[in-house]
Amino acid sequence: MADPISSLLRISRRSLLASTAAFLSSASSVRAATVSQGLPWGPNTATPPVPVRPGPWFFFTADEAAIVEAAVDRLIPPDERGPGGKDAGCAVFIDRQLAGPFGRSDGLYMKPPFMPGAPTQGYQLSDAPAARYRAGLKALAAHINSAFPGKSFATLSPQDQDKVLAGLESGSIALDGVNAAQFFALLLENTIEGFFADPIYGGNRNMAGWKLVGFPGARYDYRDWVERHNEPYPLPPVSIMGRSDWSVRE
Amino acid sequence: MARKLPAKDVVIIGLGWTGSILGYELAKAGLDVVAIERGPWRDTATDFPPAYVQDELRYAIRLDLFLRPDQETLTFRNNAGQTALPIRSFVSFLPGNGVGGAGVHWNGQTWRFLPTDFRVRSHLEERYGKDALPADMTIQDWPLSYDDIEPYYDRFEKLCGTSGKAGNIRGVKQPGGNPFEGWRSSEYPTPPLKQGYGATLFAEAARKAGHSPFPQPASNLSEAYVNPLGIKLGQCTYCGFCERFGCGNYSKSSPQTCVLPALLRFPNFTAQTESEVTKINLDGTGTRATGVTYVDTSGNEWEQPASLVLVCAFALFNVRLLLLSGIGKPYDSQTGQGVVGRNYAYQTTSSVGVILRDKVLNTFIATGAHGMIIDDYNGDNFDHSGLGFVGGGYMGMWQTNARPIETRPVPAGTPKWGAQWKKATAETFNRAMSLGTHASSYSYRDCYLDLDPTYKDRLGRPLMRMTFDFHDNELKMSAYLTDRLAEIARALDPVEITPSPRKGPYTIDIYQTTHNTGGTVMGADPATSVINRYCQSWDVHNVFVPGGASVFPQNHGYNPTDTVGALAYWTADAIKGRYLKNPGPLM
Repeated sequence: MADPISSLLRISRRSLLASTAAFLSSASSVRAATVSQGLPWGPNTATPPVPVRPGPWFFFTADEAAIVEAAVDRLIPPDERGPGGKDAGCAVFIDRQLAGPFGRSDGLYMKPPFMPGAPTQGYQLSDAPAARYRAGLKALAAHINSAFPGKSFATLSPQDQDKVLAGLESGSIALDGVNAAQFFALLLENTIEGFFADPIYGGNRNMAGWKLVGFPGARYDYRDWVERHNEPYPLPPVSIMGRSDWSVRE
Repeated sequence: MARKLPAKDVVIIGLGWTGSILGYELAKAGLDVVAIERGPWRDTATDFPPAYVQDELRYAIRLDLFLRPDQETLTFRNNAGQTALPIRSFVSFLPGNGVGGAGVHWNGQTWRFLPTDFRVRSHLEERYGKDALPADMTIQDWPLSYDDIEPYYDRFEKLCGTSGKAGNIRGVKQPGGNPFEGWRSSEYPTPPLKQGYGATLFAEAARKAGHSPFPQPASNLSEAYVNPLGIKLGQCTYCGFCERFGCGNYSKSSPQTCVLPALLRFPNFTAQTESEVTKINLDGTGTRATGVTYVDTSGNEWEQPASLVLVCAFALFNVRLLLLSGIGKPYDSQTGQGVVGRNYAYQTTSSVGVILRDKVLNTFIATGAHGMIIDDYNGDNFDHSGLGFVGGGYMGMWQTNARPIETRPVPAGTPKWGAQWKKATAETFNRAMSLGTHASSYSYRDCYLDLDPTYKDRLGRPLMRMTFDFHDNELKMSAYLTDRLAEIARALDPVEITPSPRKGPYTIDIYQTTHNTGGTVMGADPATSVINRYCQSWDVHNVFVPGGASVFPQNHGYNPTDTVGALAYWTADAIKGRYLKNPGPLM
């Protein structure tokens, strides 16, 4: 007997079967998927993060890497509280990010026309982060070459490095063909990301960033501590990959 | 040329909260239902397992679960005098993508609108006079009352298992709840979450100042719960990875944790994923839809005929789909005529940063809807005489996380890098917290959505253009609310506070909220609304927009999801109880 509501709409149960068959026969050749008769589930269908691969620079040239390593170590300097940006792996983090989807602006809307807009309309240039680093580091090297003959950014004194970085930040140093303040802002943003992201991406080495502020990382369960008001959380941070002292034998 | 598929009773466009609720209700009623979703299938075990979901970079910064702008974005301008430019990366608001939609990445803040919100224009004109509202403010009464929708709020909250404390059960005030809320037919399904130190300190200060703080209603569950569909949810662990993340604990209510396992048991329901509906098709008269056309990931075009078309995408994309399909008259801001795209509104938020001395706040112990709130300054809960604005919002301490890439409070004047920055960051992180206000955004004649003349999507269709800026009414309101919040913050004996009232102009480059509303608004008059009281198109009777926030005539001082879910149930009842008995215009 036909369902009374379905027959009101003059559609029979038979159409369900026919249309399901049509979907199934077409689904094999495309990524689009038809889901019915229970939740889809299969083994090994999850998409875990890919840990950073050790080894040489993926994106930076050796000269570029020297600038970035020196810069991240002034943005986050080493002190008695812990390592700076270089030892925390911030340059490695940025290198791997620039060699991947972030560096290419994958997924962003990159169709022309590219027109200058109001600040409220967001970033409107066509260059992806990898290209912005390549141009920015080249222009910075040229600036150092003329302002400090015989020196590179990496061989400047820490005081001079800080002056250069502050000049980029304020825009008082002009770089050839590059908006210095925008380039500095990108470098600082990515350095902070590297210092505080999960160590799986190459920065925050030994969870230096998390230890600095007291963030427990990937723990995921604080039911025992939510009402322990004004008491420091007792456990050290943990990464998605666990902790190095879990796997190192004494 | 589209290949034609066998007809269905119902085609649902988008499988988020509204799509899954309508899918369940109509499949249960025996109809053949297909839901077409342009994103991927997503589920807890495969896409947000607790083994690696707590990854700030991947999910909160690189936005792994969200819509990619190269699939669809909008253009934006502050006013009609500017040239709109594409939103090349989403920042101010973050549309979801995939099965579950915004229900995957939301915070779980589950609020009802006030009874007076549903008749906001009538109420304000009665109390303050007809001249009290700015001439270009286009707020209007909802076509249904709080009493109409109350049972549906109750149903959605029971579906979610929402945790909270009622303030008003059938007119009887309840201690510990929100004294300003509309009546509830029953207590919350689960008790309130436990509160952290910061929220507790705020609540003490607010109570001393004469307010009535109460726990924020949360669809991050305080205890395990079995919902009316027989699906079991788990207990929230206060992990601090809620908004922008899927939940690995089955404790945040979502289509995945509340509906889909039951929905997929119906043999007469099918979901078609990674397939984007490009158009709702109309017959020769333009008054009846024949189904939809969609494109799969191979670029193949399919025509899905159906007797009933339900527009269940994210608010902004509901509007665009109607514009691209020629359903309803597009809004013209010059003449004020037309309806599709009219009354786009947003949300007006602000904050007060607080740094305390010698306190251990552990703000990383959090959920997306976890805190203590006062509602004294929401809607018309306070006398607006002489204040120079209407509207309002809730305020309190509901910090959702302390994930350190984004949350690194430092005292005012601290450099952004270097030795001083590092010292200040280390010393401030665990004794600082953020208080917030979350307030209304009323609609205006010059805030609207239409199709962009220049920019196209990957399929060659025009992008939608957003024209929006904050108006003086909202900026004055934000200043007033933020001042009230700062007064409470000062009672906490802080080292320093930093009030940040919302300032204009609106920028799409700073995250605010993903509470985009309006554009397909519901109303009693076809001249000022796209859909009628039952969320049915005035023009095409077998097209419904069942409750996405695009149907809000303006945005009130609360998060939208509870009202979205309630309207989905309301529409399902209208379709089952009225439309199917006599298909045609219900009004």
